[in-house]
This record gives sequence, structure tokens and C-alpha cells, in this order.
Amino acid sequence: MSGIPHDHYEPKSGIEKWLHSRLPVVGLLYDTLMIPTPKNLNWMWIWGIVLTFCLVLQIITGIILAMHYTPHVDMAFASIEHIMRNVNGGHMMRYVHMNGASLFFVAVYAHIFRGLYYGSYKAPREVTWIIGMLIYLCMMGTAFMGYVLPWGQMSFHGTAVITGLFGAIPGIGEAIQTWLLGASAVGQPALNRFFSLHYLLPFVIAGLVVVHIWAFHSTGNNNPTGVDVRKDSKAVAEKDTLPFWPYFVIKDVFALAVIMLIFWAIVGFMPNYLGHPDNYIEANALVTPAHIVPEWYFLPFYAILRAFTADVWAVQLVSFVTGGIINAKFFGVLAMFGAIAVLALAPWLDTSSVRSGRYRPMFKWWFVLLVIDFFVLMWVGARPAEFPYDWISLIASAYWFAYFLIILPLLGVIEKPEAQPATIEADFDAHYGAKAETPAE
Amino acid sequence: MIKKLAITAVTALGLSTGGVFAAGGEQHIEDFAFSFEGPFGKFDQNQLQRGLQIYTEVCSACHGMQYVYFRNLADEGGLGYSEDQARAYAENFEVWDPELSDGDGDFRTATPADHFPANTAAGAPDLSLMAKARAGFHGPYGLGINQAVRGMGGAEYIASILTGYTGHEKEENNVTFYENTAFPGGWISMAPPLVGEDVEYADGHSNDLHHEAMDVSAFLMWAAEPKMMARQQAGFIGVFSLLILSVLLYLTNKRIWAPIKKRAKSGEA
Ligand code: HEC
Ligand code: HEM
Repeated sequence: MSGIPHDHYEPKSGIEKWLHSRLPVVGLLYDTLMIPTPKNLNWMWIWGIVLTFCLVLQIITGIILAMHYTPHVDMAFASIEHIMRNVNGGHMMRYVHMNGASLFFVAVYAHIFRGLYYGSYKAPREVTWIIGMLIYLCMMGTAFMGYVLPWGQMSFHGTAVITGLFGAIPGIGEAIQTWLLGASAVGQPALNRFFSLHYLLPFVIAGLVVVHIWAFHSTGNNNPTGVDVRKDSKAVAEKDTLPFWPYFVIKDVFALAVIMLIFWAIVGFMPNYLGHPDNYIEANALVTPAHIVPEWYFLPFYAILRAFTADVWAVQLVSFVTGGIINAKFFGVLAMFGAIAVLALAPWLDTSSVRSGRYRPMFKWWFVLLVIDFFVLMWVGARPAEFPYDWISLIASAYWFAYFLIILPLLGVIEKPEAQPATIEADFDAHYGAKAETPAE
Repeated sequence: MIKKLAITAVTALGLSTGGVFAAGGEQHIEDFAFSFEGPFGKFDQNQLQRGLQIYTEVCSACHGMQYVYFRNLADEGGLGYSEDQARAYAENFEVWDPELSDGDGDFRTATPADHFPANTAAGAPDLSLMAKARAGFHGPYGLGINQAVRGMGGAEYIASILTGYTGHEKEENNVTFYENTAFPGGWISMAPPLVGEDVEYADGHSNDLHHEAMDVSAFLMWAAEPKMMARQQAGFIGVFSLLILSVLLYLTNKRIWAPIKKRAKSGEA
């Protein structure tokens, strides 16, 4: 499968040969597990395993929760309390599922920013990147719909706000919103279909994950230097790589164990820390919570949504040019989706021929600023929309777009990259040879 | 947490001014010291029993607690009643059973399988989940540090409400509001339910306002999270097991990579 030359599975016994000539499934598993992997991968390459683990964890805990959950507006909230109080181990299942969603997003953001720094999105890995973005979108959809299920105050009013965004689309907006909710407001039809889709989407994600892995196994992994594995012959390739099993499996599983330790401490000792107290109040259409705040993982994009108010000159200009069709609300919606779109387009916006940020002296600092920007957006997304937060979110949103639309294209032209190591082997040897230290790797 | 902690790193400035802005202006939440706080915290059985007494004699006049079952009083990690005691407590209540009298429904004496009555007559919220539905601590600046350090503060919030009355009243649209330093907005429509010495404790424990408020708040924390002790125990077992697993995997990983790193050091391929 991989473009890197390596050993393939050889069926030995009769039964192995019999099966292999009919369905080479063992060969597929062998090739996947023994895939040559750049030996200089650092700790930022562990998140893929963490993500896969999260998906399995969410599916298992989710299926068990679904056995006891009732998607009915009068019973949903009570059925969650039933899970918490009466179902054996139900409280742990629910807290793991609830915090599991957060772990999932911690991992996906680390994974995405890893890709942004080491240029993993660049040729030939654009397809891997795009599939990853689709996974991310499905994750957001899944988490959003899952949050509706406990039918608390934040579930209900959050859904009203988010589906209301579609109502901002000029002309057809209200029709779309009604179509999404199955009614003119959030109620039984919405809860029922969100439950159905919340059950379905993780399996769509599982399918996408297979394609994602297939894609990067076809191109080979990127690595911290961004330098390609030498593919002249098997012997040469083996100087740059090691088989995935056992070297990277054990390393990844070690990292996973440490992360699970932290995760388990949160589940055991502060399971509601990341949640919102209002969601322990049953949904009530007549009482709106004082602050409607989405889950933390949506906050950066929520901040961008809210940043563009009617008094921003750019909004006024666009509104004027389009004859008012694009008003502030719709502008915000476009900005929010645009913020994800520019992320997906990174492979074509980045003009630099050097992959890894390690050898890009200017890029490095703009990247660090982007990471800070992301956290600032996350923070400001949960703050009231008033001075000075309105200004902070506007500036932070502007930087997000500037990074992808101006800085990335421009840097490729004006930046003078530093020397890259000739080979992955050279990088690895330099790391462990000259300095004779033993970093935990 | 990652969000909240990471932001902390970015805006470390906020740290120094932490506590001052924590309460968000006028709202005052006192940081009561409850026995169940922190990973090593435990519910105090006697305190929960005293809290149940206050709930029964005072709060239940206006509030319901419909997600808690009478049998829960005999659950492990809670009040520590025997099944007979739970049954005897349940028998103080009458519940409506729609299956009695050939389907017409009738009242009967409650059993441990029934839940505490709901009660919306006074327009008071259900208390089953109150201790999780309010956060006592916030900030500073939305960074979540106070909640990480001191906990969510649901029980502290309830106790602060009960002790936060200033004695001032006002009337609006025929509703009396009572000034309360813990309630958002400062005026609550619940008349001060406790003033001190409202109940007589069998164990002779002090029944001044402060202690009564803490007792009933601790009880309500249990009502909202009856599995807290089991959860923390699972937490310890899990963390401990994962610690051992991590160490073993660390050593395995080191061992597997050692020859590879050695070769790199010596400069051979
Ligand atoms: C006389 C009736 C009455 C009694 C007795 C009573 N309450 Fe209340 N309680 C209310 C009402 C009414 C509200 C709604 C107040 C509001 O929202 O302004 C309320 C609200 C509350 C709240 C929620 C405050 C908030 O943040 O919304 C708590 C907590 C509470 N009561 C606790 C108690 C406890 C504990 C007791 C027993 C010690 C008790 N109450 C006894 C009538 C009562
Ligand atoms: C991509 C994987 C998944 C993510 C990110 C996810 C996320 C979420 C979130 C954020 C909630 C709300 C938790 C809360 O606040 O209580 C939730 C609830 C729920 N999810 Fe999932 N979920 C996933 C997979 C699944 C699967 C596969 C199922 C079922 C087969 C499932 C079933 C449920 C049920 C029944 C609830 C309601 C119970 C509850 O709220 O705790 N989930 N999910």
C-alpha cells in the first residue's frame, strides 16, 4: 500500500495461503501494522492514536447510554438522571462520555495544530488533510447534537441559538431552520432526529478515519523535519524508518496511558468542571439563561461569529455593497464558516516549499501567534459581548483570517528558509549522537 | 480544563488579582469548608442525616425533590440508614398511585421504591439537582481557576443563600422580595427559611444558622450526586492502575528504543 518499500506478508501454512488467495485480509493488517514510519517522530505524533481511542470510547459508552436514554422532551432529562442514579455504573458511563467529548477535542486541536506547524497539510498530503477536516466537521456536528440530548437549559437554548444562525441566511433561512428542526422551534422533532444523527455520525467518522489512515499510509507519514523518506530501495528506506509495530505502537500507548491518567482524574474528581451548571436544570422554553455559552470546544468559532457586529466598518461596507442582503448577523455566520474553510484551504494558501516550521524563521513566530490567538478566541467566546471583549474578539478574529489569507501566502515568497537536514537519518543521529543525552523518546 | 488552564498561561496577569474579582461584583459566596471537598473528601453521615431533617421539617414545605428515591437513604456512601429506617421514613409520606381503585387512582403510604414528592405549589424549584445546577465560584475573568482550585461551589452557593439575608424586604407586584447577598441581582422571593434553632437535633449538634445551613447544603450535595463516594473511589483505582501501567509502558518503550538510539549515537545506520 505504501510508497515506501518494505517487507510484505508472506503466507506460510496451507490455510494462510488458502485465505490469502481469496481475501488478503491478514496481509492488509500486516502491512498496516508494519508500515515503515519515520524514526524521528516526536511526541506530537501521538494524537492520532488518542483520537482513535476517543472514537472507540465514545461509541462504546454511547451505545450503553443509548440503552437507557429516552429521546422524548418530557422524559429525556429524567432518563439522564435515571442513568446517573439507578443504572449500574451509569454515572461513570455518562461522565466518561461527557468528558470523553472534551478529550476528543483536545486531541483534535493538538493534532490540527501539529499539522499546521510541521506542514503536514502540504503536498502530497492534501487529501489526508481534507479528510481530516471532514472528520472535524462531523465531530462538531456529533458533539453539538449530543449536547442537546440531556435536554437541559443549555441544551435547549444553545440549540435555539445555533440553529437560529441558519435563519440568518437571507430569504431561505427560515425555511432551512424549520427543515433542520422539523418544526418552527426546538422541540420533540428536533430532539428525536438529533438523537438519530448523534448515533449515526460517529460511524460516518469511523469510515472517514479509515480513509484518512489509508491516505497517509499511501503517502507515508510526515515528520518533524518535513524531509521525505528515501525510497530508493528497502535497505535505504530502512535507514530512515522503523516499523510501526512495536516502536510506535508502544510509544503511542505509553502516551495514551498518561493522557488517560489525567482524563480519569478529571472524571473521578471534577467531572462537571468542563460542563455548565445550567444544564442540570430541565429545558424550559420560557426561561432563558442569563448567558448562553457553548461548550469550550466551540468557543473560538463562536467568538468569530459574534465578533462582527453592525458597527464594524467592514460589515457596514459589505452590507452597503450587497444592498443589505448580508447584514451583520449573516456576516457573522459567513465568518464562522469561513474561519473553518480557510483552515481547510491551508494546503493551497501556503506558498512555501519548505514543509516544517522548524526551518522557517519567520513562519515560526506567526504560528506561535496563531496558537495564542486561538486561545484568546476561546476565552473571549465565553465573555460578555461588551467592551473590551468586543474589541479583543474583533482583533483576534481578524488575525485568524490574516494568518491564512495574507501571512501564509506572503511568507512563502519573502521568507528565507534555513538549511534542512539531508535525511531523516541525519536528523535522528544528530539528535541522539552528538548530544549524547536521552530525551524521553 | 485545557481551555481554562491554557488560557491561564496566556493571560497569567489575571492570576495575581484572582480572588478579588472572583465573586463577580456584589454577589457574595462564602467558601464554607465542607467535608466532601477535594479528591479525599468524604460525606459526613451525621451531617447528611441532620440535613435530611432540615429538608423534611423546613424546605419540603415549599420545595420538591423528585429525582431522589426513599431507598437512596439506605445507599452506601450516603446517609447510612438501614433499609428499615429508610422504609420507616418513607411511610411518613402519602403518594398518588394511579393503579389503585381499579385504575381510578388513590393515595397510599409511600414505600422505599417511591421518590420524594415533587412540590411546585409555592413556585419553588426542585432541589434534587440544585447543588449541581448552581456554581458558587467563577473567574477570575472567565479563566475557571477558582472552580479548579475550590470546586464548582454548588453547596457553598446554597449555604450562602441561606445565610445571606440582610433583613431588608421590598414588595413588587404583590410579591415580597428579600435582600440576599448571594442571590444574583440581590433580591430573592424565598422568605428566609432558616433563622437558627429551627430544628432540634437528636445528636445535640449545634443548630445555629451557620450549622443548619451547612448541614442542609451538604445533604443537597448528596441528593444531587449520590454516587460521589463511589465515583471518587473509581477515580483512585483508575488513576493508580494507570500510573502503574504508564510506568511499565515507559520502561518497555525505553527498552525497545535503546538499541536504535545506541546505533544512532555510534553513527552506524
Ligand atoms: C416558604 C417557602 C419556601 C421554603 C420553606 C423554602 N424555600 Fe427555597 N425557595 C422558595 C422560592 C419561592 C424560591 C424561588 C426564589 C426565586 O427564584 O426568587 C426558592 C428558591 C430556592 C433556591 C434557589 C435559589 C436560586 O439560585 O434560584 C434554593 C437553593 C432554595 N430555595 C433552598 C431552600 C432550602 C435549602 C430550604 C430549606 C432550608 C428552602 N429553600 C425553604 C421558597 C421556599
Ligand atoms: C464522535 C463521537 C461522539 C461524541 C463527540 C459525542 C458527544 C456527546 C456529547 C457532548 C454529549 C452530551 C453529554 C452531556 O452533556 O451529558 C453526548 C450525549 C450522548 N451521546 Fe454521544 N458522542 C459521541 C458518540 C456517541 C455514540 C456512538 C452514541 C450511541 C451509540 C452516543 C450516545 C449518546 C447519548 C445516548 C447521549 C445522552 C446521554 C448524556 O447526555 O450523557 N454518543 N454525546
